[in-house]
Amino acid sequence: MSRWQQSPFWALSVAILRGFLRDKAAVFFAVVFPLMFLVLFGGILGNQDQSKVELVQVGAVPLVDDLPKDARTAFQQTFEVEHADDRDAALAKVRKGDADVAIEQRGGQLVAHYTQTDQVKAAITQGTLRAFVDGANVAATGQPPAYSFTAEAVEDDSLSVIQFVTPGLLGWAVAMSAAFGSAATLQGWRQSKLLRRLQLAPVGTGTIVGARVAVTLLIAFGQLAIFLGLGAAAFGLTLTGSWWMSIPLIAVGTLCFMAIGLLAGALAKTTEGAVNLANFLVLPMAFLSGSFFSLDGAPAWLQRLSDLLPLKHLNSGMLDVMVRGEGPAAALAPLGILAGFAVVVTLLAARLFRWETT
Amino acid sequence: MSAIHVTGLTKRYGDLVAVDGVDLDVAEGEFVGVVGPNGAGKTTLLEMVEGLRQPDAGVVEVLGEPAWPRNPRLQPRIGVQLQASSFFERLTAREQIRTFASLYGVGRATADGWLERVGLTDKAESRVEDLSGGQAQRLSIACALVHDPELVFLDEPTAALDPQARRNLWDLLSSINDRGRTVVLTTHYMDEAEALCDRVAVMDNGRILRFDTPAALVRGLDAPARIRVAPGVLSLAQAAAIPGVTETREDGDGVVLVTRDPAGVVGALAASDQLDGVAVQTATLEDVFLSLTGREYRA
Repeated sequence: MSRWQQSPFWALSVAILRGFLRDKAAVFFAVVFPLMFLVLFGGILGNQDQSKVELVQVGAVPLVDDLPKDARTAFQQTFEVEHADDRDAALAKVRKGDADVAIEQRGGQLVAHYTQTDQVKAAITQGTLRAFVDGANVAATGQPPAYSFTAEAVEDDSLSVIQFVTPGLLGWAVAMSAAFGSAATLQGWRQSKLLRRLQLAPVGTGTIVGARVAVTLLIAFGQLAIFLGLGAAAFGLTLTGSWWMSIPLIAVGTLCFMAIGLLAGALAKTTEGAVNLANFLVLPMAFLSGSFFSLDGAPAWLQRLSDLLPLKHLNSGMLDVMVRGEGPAAALAPLGILAGFAVVVTLLAARLFRWETT
Repeated sequence: MSAIHVTGLTKRYGDLVAVDGVDLDVAEGEFVGVVGPNGAGKTTLLEMVEGLRQPDAGVVEVLGEPAWPRNPRLQPRIGVQLQASSFFERLTAREQIRTFASLYGVGRATADGWLERVGLTDKAESRVEDLSGGQAQRLSIACALVHDPELVFLDEPTAALDPQARRNLWDLLSSINDRGRTVVLTTHYMDEAEALCDRVAVMDNGRILRFDTPAALVRGLDAPARIRVAPGVLSLAQAAAIPGVTETREDGDGVVLVTRDPAGVVGALAASDQLDGVAVQTATLEDVFLSLTGREYRA
């Protein structure tokens, strides 16, 4: 065994890491719980196509039946067609929600019976049917159409939901385990008087804090590796050039959220109180920082508010370097902001810190 | 050089004076007990001596070094057992003591040896959360002693121990003391203080009321002895007639003679061949404790 492995720093780090790995609840919330969201967002919601509109065709509808082959394929991409002869039964089906729309043709008129229950589908139905009728009208003139329309997505075709959810969920996972880890350690050690006991040992405060920071960083990098590994292996996550800048981002983010946990630990009087307070700080922050959904559609004041939250900067920094293909420089501003938060919150926590609960 | 040298030590919490101008000198190699009711100020006194708390007034020198502020030269030389639960969460007994050993630069073999000395080798792989109260207590003491400190502080080390474990721990503490180590312990068990300690400090209301050997403390109480004789050996009148007997009482278990001259009274009983079932009960440290600190309940 080397001298290094006998050092107090090493001994404390190993003790803290073992304590974490054996704490099933802590491991669950640091790794499994965020991964469940990754699987949910990236795996299930991400691969889900807009479900087809269920269309009931009452009797013969020549407008649809006589569609040319490629138009018919396009039609079937939007509609799941079912044939029925009984008009009343078909309408009842729509009313009950078993089908989205029933169509019939009265001479030159295509009539669609739909419900407004699902407004998105109702809009798709109306728009698509109108387009097919217009197309049929143009075709009936025998003239080539004067204008045509092509839709192209701005993103690369391969860019799927997983690209957007991975950085945000990772940010949330790192924030959560860093804050909970330091809050629970500080309070738990104070409660059990272990903090007092360590104070009596020839070990400096720097060594104790350093060991806790080292273990939290190790856990954060473990989270990074698991997220990227699972994302790439199972959900087709592809990282862009300077993704490695996420390593310093995660490191500084971890320090920042450890400081927040330290603050919660210093304020609360019990371990449960400290963890609850850390949760109270981190969970709403995760919602307001775009960890679960993009804030692009949020009101401007909410977006300004989110600029005050460190997690927002961690998330946007990681999005920029991991999937948006920005250069390493894109991470610099978030790094600075997170470091600033870390320093200010640590100073605040240090002022409020007491060795004992009494 | 004295192991502990304390003068005029005072600590206040608001209006409460927890420790009130205490002077205390403990010689190297001494075994000292601090007894007192709950809230007497024992813990606060020890915490200031250990260097955990800043005194409001007074001087603390431990092994020739100032105890406050936190003194890195002193820490490897003292061992402190705070309470049974001061452990790293979810570590086994062996990992626990090895971790503490590493903090003091002590190797694994020594740590494992201590586990054996406190009878926890079977429990080496058990997590501290799964240890019984007594086992946790023994582990906590082993963790305090693992670096072989010159001065050891133990806070109620035998609370929660069964009689076997308690006696084994007494032997362990005596052996440490025999090897020249200074031991300071707090306890609520007067028999423990009497059996182990060279000197006992009786503390109440932040002051040390007496500090002397157990025998001297009992002598100082000047309490009469009670001599019990088996039923039917002698009558109350005969008992009262023995010189030196100040009071007599009879109950189902025999006659009780109260005297300040137990030797003379036992001699008289022997001379008249009336020693059947004789039992002499002198004052104990517990009587000293109660007479000094009163009988009312404390916090």
